[in-house]
Amino acid sequence: MNLHEHQAKSLFRAHGVPVPEGVLLERPEQIEEVAQRLGPGPWVVKAQIHAGGRGKAGGVVVVEGETALREMVDALLGSALATGQTAGRALPVQALLVEPALRLRAEYYVGLLVDRTARRVAVVASASGGMDIEQVAAERPERIFKAHVDPVVGLQPYQVRKLGFALGLAGETLKTFSKALLGLYRLFVTSDASLIEINPLGLTADGRLLAVDAKINLDDNALYRHRELAALRDISQEDPAEAEAREHGLNYIRLDGDIGCMVNGAGLAMATMDLIQLHGGRPANFLDVGGGTTAERVAEAFKLILSDEQVRAILVNIFGGIVRCDLIARGILQAMEEIHVAVPVVVRLEGTNVDEGRALLAASGLNLITAHDLTDAARKAVAAARGAARTTGPETP
Amino acid sequence: MSILVDKDTRVICQGFTGRQGTFHSEQALAYGTRLVGGVTPGKGGQRHLGLPVFDTVEQAVRETGADATMIYVPPAFAADAILEAADAGIRVIVCITEGIPVLDMLKVRAVLDRMDEVHLIGPNCPGIITPGACKIGIMPGAIHRPGRVGIVSRSGTLTYEAVHQTTRNGLGQSTCIGIGGDPIQGMDFVDCLCLFEADPQTEGIILVGEIGGEAEERAAQVISGHISKPVVAYVAGVTAPPGRRMGHAGAVIAGGRGTAEQKYAALEAAGVHTVRSPAEMGARMKDVLGGA
Repeated sequence: MNLHEHQAKSLFRAHGVPVPEGVLLERPEQIEEVAQRLGPGPWVVKAQIHAGGRGKAGGVVVVEGETALREMVDALLGSALATGQTAGRALPVQALLVEPALRLRAEYYVGLLVDRTARRVAVVASASGGMDIEQVAAERPERIFKAHVDPVVGLQPYQVRKLGFALGLAGETLKTFSKALLGLYRLFVTSDASLIEINPLGLTADGRLLAVDAKINLDDNALYRHRELAALRDISQEDPAEAEAREHGLNYIRLDGDIGCMVNGAGLAMATMDLIQLHGGRPANFLDVGGGTTAERVAEAFKLILSDEQVRAILVNIFGGIVRCDLIARGILQAMEEIHVAVPVVVRLEGTNVDEGRALLAASGLNLITAHDLTDAARKAVAAARGAARTTGPETP
Repeated sequence: MSILVDKDTRVICQGFTGRQGTFHSEQALAYGTRLVGGVTPGKGGQRHLGLPVFDTVEQAVRETGADATMIYVPPAFAADAILEAADAGIRVIVCITEGIPVLDMLKVRAVLDRMDEVHLIGPNCPGIITPGACKIGIMPGAIHRPGRVGIVSRSGTLTYEAVHQTTRNGLGQSTCIGIGGDPIQGMDFVDCLCLFEADPQTEGIILVGEIGGEAEERAAQVISGHISKPVVAYVAGVTAPPGRRMGHAGAVIAGGRGTAEQKYAALEAAGVHTVRSPAEMGARMKDVLGGA
């Protein structure tokens, strides 16, 4: 789960990480608060959306005074913003964070994440802040410094000092930096974060170290023990179909192809997408219906897939393990009776009781194309999508 | 021979009396697994499925001589269950539970890293099976046949695909291990490859990888230096978009790293027989092993 910048900064503040003063604008009437609380401009106006790349997309703008601020608020608040990182979708801007425009002497990068290979939380720092850190890591790896944290003792002051010295910090700045990093680690652990990032951590012309930007991703699996953080979820930033899927316990990710996929198991679901592409088609989605493929779940899955208007054919690929294929077949048939599925459906069933399952599908009289193995299924789905696209008749396989 | 588990492995179930624990214990018993009891705190002294229930793993080990456990407890209690099993001296810990917080697993690993003799499989995995001898996990037993191929996979249903294909074409399996789809896990590809290399029954190894992390790249390094048996590999997620978590907590391309193409390149450079279609894992292994 992602947090907004302003939410992350509130958490930072509570953990001793210095952040700029700010005013959160959710209504235009709040504009007057800006000058009252922040003093005279210039200010920076930052659209609160769950995506990076806001600056280039016009979502982070410096304004000189109240007139310009009012214009910017009118333009941004209630609009939708697409950036290079929103995958073509525009995210609703429901709040703006206004802060004093800062003159920065230096920009650093600080990140905390779970290093899978080291099996430790890693604290990463660089003097090359304010730019794409992955690019820095690829092109100038010597400018990236890392400390791995032993979970038994936590992040140690000496580790933070080493990072600070590596960035060329000294004196009060180093002290502030150390305190901030220890606070960030505490926040990381106590909130079950999967990523905390400050880019940039700015050193102002008057010598203050401030988290100019703030990013926090939380571990979804740990939200059960953080009710107050779970309440910060903003579903307006999520793909509506994906949010709907989660409600039904389905794992759905929309892609840009035209062959809908319904699969049990995450690995097989990915493999099914790969297989479609390998045979010249394009998958419309990732969808894992999970182990217990009941009629209700299959029906919800069909609805989700069909909510994507680009879908020209559906490939159902189920390996019946503990759940028998005849039960799965009944689930598919029941779902298809409830929902009008107007595109060809290719079904590949394999596993326990597969013959009974296939017989049920064959005897149903429904518009189903059965496939006898993985490759056959992919070929038939690709052909079906092409056929449907040519004739545009919804019922024609 | 086989790896890690065989017909003599004495297995207990943690979360024994719960719905999942009960169902999969019944399946394990039906398969012939030597299930010797289970643990549900507070229900010690009862009997369940005709077997003794214990309050603690320590008691279960003392009374039954168990050396393996399968864990079916909810995610909030799973890390604790793993540590309890390790502390009680269990040798093979199989954790099926999906959804354990990552930071819990970091702590578990920090403890287990000091215990060389403990093998953790999972979490978020189908488990381990030595066909015809011992099934610990949620995999459908009937698709397996004792045979020549070792299978190790990050995905459950893709393991079943590999099993199904190698059963169909007559190769069969020595042992199959689903190492799970979480970012922080127990045994990884390298651990399993080394055990398969040392196992006389295993003639070839099928490795099923997926996007995210560097486990396949590390496997490739070990294969080129230390694995003499042929390895066939499939990596899922060529079509996965970057930055999205594809079902498994660990299946995500982050910062341009962990792509299927990078993994294929590393595996191919190590001499692994890669297949681009998940339908060809078994056939390729058959070709590689020939009629031998």
